[in-house]
Amino acid sequence: MPEALATPGRVGARGERPVAGYLRAIAAIVRKDLAAELRSRELLGAMLVFSLLLILIFNFALELDARTRRTVTAGVLWSTFAFAGTLGLNRSMALEVDRGCLDGLLLAPVDRSALFFGKALGNLVFMLLVAAVILPAYSALYSVNLFLPGLMGVVLLGSIGYVVVGTLLSSMAVQARTRDILLPLLLFPVVLPVVIAAVKATGGLLQAAPPEEIRGWISLLVAYDVIFTAVAFMTFDYIVEE
Amino acid sequence: MEPMPRALKTLNWLTAALFVAALYMVFLYAPREAVMGDVQRVFYFHVSAGWVGAVAFLVTAISGAVFLARRDPRWDRLAVASVELGMVFAFINIVSGSIWARPVWNTWWTWDPRLVTATIMELIYLAYLMLRQGIEDPDRRARFGSVYGIVAFISVPITFLSIRFFRTIHPVVIGSGDPTAEGTFDMTPRMLQAFLFSLLTFTFIYATLLWHRVRLARLTEHVEERRMQLTSA
Repeated sequence: MPEALATPGRVGARGERPVAGYLRAIAAIVRKDLAAELRSRELLGAMLVFSLLLILIFNFALELDARTRRTVTAGVLWSTFAFAGTLGLNRSMALEVDRGCLDGLLLAPVDRSALFFGKALGNLVFMLLVAAVILPAYSALYSVNLFLPGLMGVVLLGSIGYVVVGTLLSSMAVQARTRDILLPLLLFPVVLPVVIAAVKATGGLLQAAPPEEIRGWISLLVAYDVIFTAVAFMTFDYIVEE
Repeated sequence: MEPMPRALKTLNWLTAALFVAALYMVFLYAPREAVMGDVQRVFYFHVSAGWVGAVAFLVTAISGAVFLARRDPRWDRLAVASVELGMVFAFINIVSGSIWARPVWNTWWTWDPRLVTATIMELIYLAYLMLRQGIEDPDRRARFGSVYGIVAFISVPITFLSIRFFRTIHPVVIGSGDPTAEGTFDMTPRMLQAFLFSLLTFTFIYATLLWHRVRLARLTEHVEERRMQLTSA
């Protein structure tokens, strides 16, 4: 591809305001991902079944009786999200590369970072949908009330951090020879702060800890989200160029 | 085959001399620590290795950023050489810490923030090497390596912050530490001199090895190019 096409700042092809064009590009990619998923129903289904299987395994591995549940629920939930998440991230990027969609997307006259935010937002929707099924299922199976407003916020913040880093790293992993095994190896050590902070915040909320104890973890999640959104914004160009 | 530059030869001898002097400082010049005894002497090389590990990964992140800006493969060779060395030094740091922890903490290992961070750091850069291994195209390998080197270097301090909230028993000798930490001690002037000298020596060892490693990478590339020329001729 000629270098001139790769320069950023080509938004607003029809002379509209740049920001509106940028947002429209992001929305278009999210819509494309959701429409494709609505027709094939392969990604969400796999993530959901996998999550339920993980909870089943945790149930027996940890003997989730009433006493244990109080302390390990947060850990079980976030391990489930983290493992199910890699499944979705890998698949979502592999589809783009295998069917040549990525080349088509790169030819579109939009800023490269709009592609990134579109893919990340699509992945975020999938993560949140999985959470929207797993949380009530877990609540019903173990009769714990997981529907606390604070917990929804933690799930959102944690998922944003996970998905931002995950989308960036999965776009590298799918272009490698060893892609099926590479993503978790790249992702888990980098995303560890999110998992720690989210588990601590969730655990605190479930045990009705005083807000000062939880606030530190929430700040950490926000800081992680902001820092890595900025890093991804700056480096995504270098991953997809060629 | 290009000859070894004179400066590198000099650096070899200088580093070797420094290392012998550092051994003298650590084992004979520095006094025996009153409570922990001779095992405390691990401290000098333990902290120096950790310091060099951190510097090496910083060098990788910076040369990754410079590579992305300038696209000169020399910066990528520097980045990967520094990761390899950083992993070796970080591993020396972990192993020597473990040897020190056995008599002082009464365990080889504990899930302390610094120990966890050190482990995560090794794992991240192991993933860095695996990522590079999985990509054949040299340009793409360099670009992905640069991006991951930057992401990794930002993530490690956040990991450290995120577990720092837990209670720590690791002593902080430099600066103000928690006085309840196990195995902390006050440095006498001779100890401080031996410590600073070890830091200097390890930095020299790193610089020397880095130069050798970068040179080796360049020579390997030359050999590859020659082989391509011969097979295509």
